[in-house]
Amino acid sequence: MNQAAEFVLSLRDIRKSFGPVEALKSMRLDVRPGRVHTILGENGAGKSTLMKILVGVHQPSGGEMVLDGRPYAPHSPKDAAAQGLAIVFQELSLCNNLSVAENIMATHEPARLGFINDRKLRAEARALVRDLGLPVDVGAKVGHLSIAQRQLVEIAKGLSKPAKVLILDEPTSSLSDSEAEILFGIIDRLKARGTAIIYISHRMEEIMRLSDDITVIRDGAYVAMRKRDETSIEELIALMVGRRMDEIYPPRLAPAPGADVRPVLDVRGLSCAGRFRDVGFEVRPGEILGFFGLIGSGRSDVMNALFGMRSTSGDIRVDGKPVRLRNPADAIAVGIGFVTENRKEEGLALDAPVRSNISMAALDGFAGKAGFLRFGKERRAARAEVQRLGVRTSSLETLAGKLSGGNQQKVVLAKWLLTRPRVLILDEPTRGVDVGAKFEIYRIIRELAAEGTAILLVSSELPEVLGLADRIAIMAEGELKATVARGDLTPELVMAHATGTHQ
Amino acid sequence: MTQTTDTTISAGREQLRAALHQYGGILVSLIVLCVIFTVLNERFMTVANLTNILQQVAVVAIAAFGMTWVILLGEIDLSIGSIIAVAGMAGAQALAFGWGFAPALLFTLAAGAAMGLVNGVLTAKLMLPSFIVTVATMGIYRGLVSLPTNGAPAMISDPAWTAIGGSSWLGLPIIIWIVVALFLFNHILLSRTTFGRRAYLTGGNREAALYSGIKVDRLKIAIFTLSGVMAAVSGILLSSRLYSAQTNAGMSYELDAIAAAVLGGTSLAGGVGTMVGTLIGALIIGVMNNGMNMLSVPYFYQLIVKGLVILIAVWLDVRAKQRRS
Repeated sequence: MNQAAEFVLSLRDIRKSFGPVEALKSMRLDVRPGRVHTILGENGAGKSTLMKILVGVHQPSGGEMVLDGRPYAPHSPKDAAAQGLAIVFQELSLCNNLSVAENIMATHEPARLGFINDRKLRAEARALVRDLGLPVDVGAKVGHLSIAQRQLVEIAKGLSKPAKVLILDEPTSSLSDSEAEILFGIIDRLKARGTAIIYISHRMEEIMRLSDDITVIRDGAYVAMRKRDETSIEELIALMVGRRMDEIYPPRLAPAPGADVRPVLDVRGLSCAGRFRDVGFEVRPGEILGFFGLIGSGRSDVMNALFGMRSTSGDIRVDGKPVRLRNPADAIAVGIGFVTENRKEEGLALDAPVRSNISMAALDGFAGKAGFLRFGKERRAARAEVQRLGVRTSSLETLAGKLSGGNQQKVVLAKWLLTRPRVLILDEPTRGVDVGAKFEIYRIIRELAAEGTAILLVSSELPEVLGLADRIAIMAEGELKATVARGDLTPELVMAHATGTHQ
Repeated sequence: MTQTTDTTISAGREQLRAALHQYGGILVSLIVLCVIFTVLNERFMTVANLTNILQQVAVVAIAAFGMTWVILLGEIDLSIGSIIAVAGMAGAQALAFGWGFAPALLFTLAAGAAMGLVNGVLTAKLMLPSFIVTVATMGIYRGLVSLPTNGAPAMISDPAWTAIGGSSWLGLPIIIWIVVALFLFNHILLSRTTFGRRAYLTGGNREAALYSGIKVDRLKIAIFTLSGVMAAVSGILLSSRLYSAQTNAGMSYELDAIAAAVLGGTSLAGGVGTMVGTLIGALIIGVMNNGMNMLSVPYFYQLIVKGLVILIAVWLDVRAKQRRS
């Protein structure tokens, strides 16, 4: 059997540059028909670029792609679909005001002379939905469906055209367990038909359960391919991050402060209607308090409340003195900093230079008489932070939007370090940054703690919390379920609290 | 030490290159327009006509300075044409009541500030889109103009008031001194102070500004108020030149002001723009108006040409934005 017949899709040495940025360096991929092939890599490893090349959104700068024995070079998603490659996006691309059937059949509605044959459209959509075993009514408006149901409709849409290769990009991220089971059933049926599936997911258990083959990528390059039966979660993670687990998190530089140290931030009975209830915790100078919880557990709401973005009842004390936090300016004034979850939405002005992004939260410190800015002082302070954090930028005047994800995140960190915070809230600080920057951010967090900053580290990546935090506060359903010291922690215990199954 | 000097020089050079990159296109457009009109009409390139252009530009330019602030913030103020008319009428009425020049001037500026404040409060506190708010207040303010006189124009005979638009100081019309002074005021406020920096940051990303402790509501109200004041100054100049307050004064000036700002590189998405650009943009509009008038281009053709120019400017802005990302 020759190679061409063995693989339905084959990529060799695929490269992609965006200006000076090399998003993909040397990508290879061999997908066999009737198998689930997972692509595993950290955020920023190049997965989305690879997908966009596969579906024709981007064209590779070099390399070779072969689909079904023929050279493959799609110039648009429509072209890719015509050649037998379908994709289900992670972000929903449905029209909420149209029906399920209209969405599923979008762009290839049965029509004559531009008039859509409605009955035929519904019949075809219904057949497809029945075939896939989806629990949705094709006549319903998409806007009335739950997010999970929409995800299933998205999948049906992806399958409405005959496909040799189907790409599923994090399809279970918004599905409940039972809905995920429906999806897995669909995947099994597709496999039996000989469809190849390229699967992208972060959930290791799911990957180990579904995949036949796993390709690991890192920093835009192919690292290794493994058969599922011949590998382990530990090996995959090590391949993905490029080092062993115990090397990832820098060790504590000094012992954690003991219970005799007065907390810098003390929160008691904090409640916010409809979001969280009776949350209480304290954090001491130099301590890293992890906040773990699943999406919707209320952890980000608590952080927003501490930053004056929610109206709350309860008691917040800084250095033992009660404070009122009505807006972020109040919070900054008492020494709280907040590296928010979405740096592009809440962190940076992308069209503004690095310099003014860094000085943004400490602007009054650079004001002279009558509100005139002291540019020299501002530049010096920004340059010092850039050097300290190792932000890779060609100059202070570079627009923030031109930096990579990791460097953008460092600019956000720099912004908050300039306010000299006593308490720094970090909400998902390593989301969407490459591996190298991740380690640097961990190092920075450690250094800040060593300098006496109290850190609230919110993360949905359990290893990150376990690797850095001195204590972990676990939230579920708007309540703080437990606060556990590092020594007593196991991943199982944390998950049990977070999912509410702890006895 | 040398390092500091080096970085200062390279920063200066970088600034110059950035300025050329930023204004090169519209400066060339302005020069090309001037050359075309000079060739087509020998009276265009004369001191008298250029002074005339500057005087004509003044009213729009000053309103456009205010508009630049608003657009920088990612908002829009469609009511300034009406504010121009109300300001003229407020001044005329105050003078008619015998308040004297200075009190009438202050009253007029206060009226502009109050109308801008209303726009700002409605936009910031009721969270209404500024487009809708100012479409509504555009109508309301335009209606207010006619209240004192039942729609008739009000004559102004106060010598100090009419001198603003009619006399000179050190060989230059006073009106030009006012434009220069307000340009410098707005330019410095925007580029050199924390207030201006906050406007850029808030326009660039409102959420990020909010999370960085910037009180964006307060800033928004202040900027709409500033826009109202600038429009009131425009109204004073216009009424002074016309020796009267007309109920249809400043009609559609908001469009010229928007055009000047956008031509000058202010991004309608917010966060990008300068007063220098707006001034050049206003000059382009002034030169087009003046040149086409001298060539006796019918008014409706002028509208078409101006519309096309705005379309092209916005398209260039969008394209530049796409390239950046």
